[in-house]
Amino acid sequence: MPILNKAIVFKQENCGDGLQKALNMKPIDILFAVRESGLKGRGGAGFPAGSKWMLASAAQSDKKYVICNADEGEPGTFKDRLLLTEFTEQVFNGMTICGYAIGAHHGFVYLRGEYSYMIDEMQATLQQLHNSGRLGKNILGSGFDFDIEIRLGSGAYVCGEESALIESLEGNRGEPRNRPPYPANTGYMGFPTVVNNVETLATVPILINKGVDWFTSIGTEKSRGTKLISVSGDVDRPGVYEIPYGTTIMEIIEMAGARDVKAVQVGGASGICIPEAELHRNISFEDVPTGGSIIVFNNSRDMLKILENFMEFFTEESCGQCTPCRIGNKKLLDGVFMIERGECSVQYLRELISLGETMQVASKCGLGQSSPNSFITIMKHFGDEILSKY
Amino acid sequence: MLVSEINTLTEEISSLVEKYGAGRQSLLPILQEIQIRYGHISDVAQQEIARLLDIHPVEVYGVTTFYSFLNTTKRAKYNIRLCKTISCDLTNKDGIARALERELGIKFGEISSDEKYSLAYVSCLGMCDQGPAMLINNQVYSKLTPRKVVEILDQIKGR
Repeated sequence: MPILNKAIVFKQENCGDGLQKALNMKPIDILFAVRESGLKGRGGAGFPAGSKWMLASAAQSDKKYVICNADEGEPGTFKDRLLLTEFTEQVFNGMTICGYAIGAHHGFVYLRGEYSYMIDEMQATLQQLHNSGRLGKNILGSGFDFDIEIRLGSGAYVCGEESALIESLEGNRGEPRNRPPYPANTGYMGFPTVVNNVETLATVPILINKGVDWFTSIGTEKSRGTKLISVSGDVDRPGVYEIPYGTTIMEIIEMAGARDVKAVQVGGASGICIPEAELHRNISFEDVPTGGSIIVFNNSRDMLKILENFMEFFTEESCGQCTPCRIGNKKLLDGVFMIERGECSVQYLRELISLGETMQVASKCGLGQSSPNSFITIMKHFGDEILSKY
Repeated sequence: MLVSEINTLTEEISSLVEKYGAGRQSLLPILQEIQIRYGHISDVAQQEIARLLDIHPVEVYGVTTFYSFLNTTKRAKYNIRLCKTISCDLTNKDGIARALERELGIKFGEISSDEKYSLAYVSCLGMCDQGPAMLINNQVYSKLTPRKVVEILDQIKGR
C-alpha cells in the first residue's frame, strides 16, 4: 500500500540516517529541535511532541518508558498500518531517538489486536535492527541502550486513549485514568512515560535528518509539516494521502476522486461532519484538526443511517467506567432509533443535543468527550432533511 | 476437565509465566496465548493464571471479559468476524453478511453445530480502503464479494 498522489515527508530518500544523526547530538539538542519544529501529536489531540518529551525528560526517575501508540482504532483510519508496514524502521528509530532524548531504555509498541497479522514482519525488523547494532546495547557505539517490545491489544477501541493503553499494558482493564497526573510524569508502572502516535514517532528521524528549517517550511504557522490522511467511502481511489497542513478538504477528496459529494466526515466516528458547502475548510490545528480519517458520503446516503452506525460503535466501545459516556451514548443511539420510527419531537432532539454537549465536558476521557460530535454536527447540518424524511 | 488436562494446562501457564514474568503486566500476553491455543480462557485457566500471578481470580475474569478478542466460553475452530463499521458498511457489508449466513447456515452471533464456524460482527478493522473486510481468526480478508466469500470458505472447508 503506497502513499497515493505525492509523498512529501514520508519518502524513503528523506529517511537518511536520522538515528545516527540524533545519536551524534546531545539529548537536550534533540528536545529543542523537536520543540522548534512545532511537531504536534498526529493521533488527533495535537499536543506538542517537544513539550511532552521535555516534561518526561525533566521528570526525575531511574526508569522511563517510550510507548508507540499503534492502537489505530478510529473508524476510517488506516495510515498507521501503512507506516508500520512501509516505514517500520523509521517508527522504531523514532522510539529510540525519543528514548535517547528523555533518558528511557525501554519502549513498547502497543499494536491493536486486529493488526496481529503484521507482528511477524515487525519482529523481523526489530531483529534486523538488533543485528545491525541499531537496537540493544551500545547503539551505534554511542553507549546508549534501548530495547523495544511489541505488545498486542485485544480489540478495545478505548485502549487508544493513552492512559487506558497504559492500564492495558499493566495487565488491567483498559479503563482511562484521571488526568492529571499525565503519563509524562506518572505513566507505565508509575514511571515517566512518553506515549506518541505511530506517525509522530515516524516523523522524528526524518525531521532530524532533514533539519528543523526544512520541516517548518512545510504546512502552516501553527501546524508544521504534513499529515497522512486515510480516505475512504464514496471515492474512486481510497487510500492514504500525505498532505501539507493547510490543504482544503475539497482538494483532498478531489485527489481521491470523489463525485456528487453530500458530506465528509473528518476525524472518524469521533470527528465532525462537514457538509458540501464547507469543503473549502482546511486540515490544520487552526481550522479542522484530525487524526487523519476522511470518509466521503455521496448524495445517495442517508445521514441518519450513518449516524446510527457511529452511535452503535460508541455504545459498544464505551468502557462503561463513567456515566456520561456509558449512558449518554446509549441515549443518543435510542434517539436515533426514535427518529427512525418517527417518534422524536424537535423538543426531545434539542434535549439530546444538550445531553451531547454535557457529555463533551463531563466525560472522563476523549472517547466520551468526542462521541457526541457526529450526532451534534449531523443534526446541525442535516437535521431538517432527516426530520422531514422520517 | 480431566486431572491430566488440568495438569497440562497448569504446565503451559507456568511456562508462559516464566516467559513473560510473574508480574501483573504479563496478564494480557498470557491470556492472549491461552486464547490462541484453546480458543477460549476457561474458568480453570483463569484460576490457574490468577494463582501463578498471585492476583485474585476475579481480577483475571474482569480483564478477560473486558476485551472483545478474549472469550470465557468455547468458540468455534474458525471465528469469522465481519467489520460492520462505516466504510465497510458503505461498501455493501450487508450483502456479505447475507452470503456468509446463507453459506454457513447460521446467523450472526451463532456457532455452527459442529463447532467449526462462528459468525460475529466486529468494529473497524482498519481496512477501510479495501472494504468490505473480515477476520477469520487472525487472518484478514478484504475487498470481499459474495462470491469471493464462498471461495474463501471453500478453502477453509478443505482443511
